[in-house]
Amino acid sequence: MIEVSEILQTIRMVSEQHFDIRTITMGISLLDCKKNTDRETAQAVYDKVTRLARDLVRVGGELEGELGVPIVNKRISVTPVGMICGDDPVAIAVALDEAAGAVGVNFIGGYGALMHKGATRAEETLLDSMPEAFSKTARLCGSVNVGSTRSGINMDAVRKMGHVIKRTAELTADTDGFGCAKIVVFANAVEDNPFMAGAFHGVGEPECVVNVGVSGPGVVQRALREVRGEPFDVVAETIKRTAFKITRVGELVAQEAARRLGVPFGIVDLSLAPTPARGDSVAYILQEMGLEMTGAPGTTAALAMLNDMVKKGGVMASSHVGGLSGAFIPVSEDIGMIEAAQARCLTIEKLEAMTCVCSVGLDMIAIPGDTSANAIAGIIADEAAIGMVNGKTTAVRVIPAPGKKAGDTVNFGGLFGFAPVMPVNGASNDAFIERGGRIPAPLHSLKN
Amino acid sequence: MQKALVSVTGVDKPGIIARVSTALFEMNINVLEISQTILDGYFTMLMIVDITNATAAFGQAAARLEEVGRELGEAISIQRTDIFDAMHRI
Repeated sequence: MIEVSEILQTIRMVSEQHFDIRTITMGISLLDCKKNTDRETAQAVYDKVTRLARDLVRVGGELEGELGVPIVNKRISVTPVGMICGDDPVAIAVALDEAAGAVGVNFIGGYGALMHKGATRAEETLLDSMPEAFSKTARLCGSVNVGSTRSGINMDAVRKMGHVIKRTAELTADTDGFGCAKIVVFANAVEDNPFMAGAFHGVGEPECVVNVGVSGPGVVQRALREVRGEPFDVVAETIKRTAFKITRVGELVAQEAARRLGVPFGIVDLSLAPTPARGDSVAYILQEMGLEMTGAPGTTAALAMLNDMVKKGGVMASSHVGGLSGAFIPVSEDIGMIEAAQARCLTIEKLEAMTCVCSVGLDMIAIPGDTSANAIAGIIADEAAIGMVNGKTTAVRVIPAPGKKAGDTVNFGGLFGFAPVMPVNGASNDAFIERGGRIPAPLHSLKN
Repeated sequence: MQKALVSVTGVDKPGIIARVSTALFEMNINVLEISQTILDGYFTMLMIVDITNATAAFGQAAARLEEVGRELGEAISIQRTDIFDAMHRI
């Protein structure tokens, strides 16, 4: 029999500590949608997505009501469009956006390409179309994989993404470059990530699948408050226990959603994904461990432990843990990060160090509007190198806010939050980025 | 057996159990267990109920209890107990 204290603990996690199922994401393969022209492909894509995801929002709503835990987002990820497009990929972008609107999901991800070793002609065309596609659509997200531990870094793709991000910011200047919030540049991208903007349906995935993303930074912070002053062994154990509990709910929701939708269950992604709400912050967890502010010496160690313990607690709680599982460190979506960035305690360079041990990378960072495309490419190359060498997923999602300079603030609203514009090192890297070519894959022995 | 938790929070007043039980009875929902306490000055009642043979669909039962809650001036919700089992039992 469940104890009253356990019932109340669960209820408080939801009502006071912002525990939620962050997303139920349906992955849909579009490989059979490729037709002779992109117009025909777009129609096939629209038909397939609206058919398979018809009941997604309804089932999510039902589960939310019955289990008493908020299911914040219902989303769709699709096969990277670079694999099915020809010379007019924007037609497919618009079809995806409309399909998402028709079934009532707030984001659909997959307008991107896997080009860690090289690009096909279609993928080159898709990259060129990204700024237009993201300025014309509301719900579309996309990602490009530019590097991997096994194949090295495609520096041509890195250079090009600098320009794509810059151009997207210009085309969405009326919203401070918000289009860039929908573009992620990955190294070692994972194929089953349910979180936006980087979700896509990998080629190793089945026809259709349900993945669930769980969150709960507030729950972890609250649990750590009970062990103030205790050694790290106790902190680690507390994080693991908490991660276990919240992942179990993700597992329950994922199994039940998959059953009701008649689609296989894929994975549970246990990611501490912050929102701008006070008490839903990853930075506050680090601060609860004893740091005055995120960015203080010790921050990377604190984050490394948090990330690892979240995974360790999560893996036993679900039959299949996957996605990006760990701790996200988006700046604009985390009130503690925002405060630290405003106080200049947290810099891009410190964030870069943190990405060596967090679950993804440089995320939702506003940078000055006059940052050059090559400087952005340099940031991408640095992140990709960290991912490549350490065998982990890394990513860059930066927003060069047009007309803004370091110290200004940009406001994206809702879950995307607001962010102080962070300064970027101004020294030139033009000759470096313009070399192009590939950085070879690293050696996997002689580790030191 | 499909079990659910009905939780009632608010200010203590006469008739809460009577009104909630009546609504549950009308939907053929059996009360298995009741626990009642005052937390931070708030009246808190937790009822474990059996919804296996309920005559109302889950959504309707939730709406009906919410309505009773509004009349009483209490917050009433119902949720399946699966979430507690998942979280607290291996």
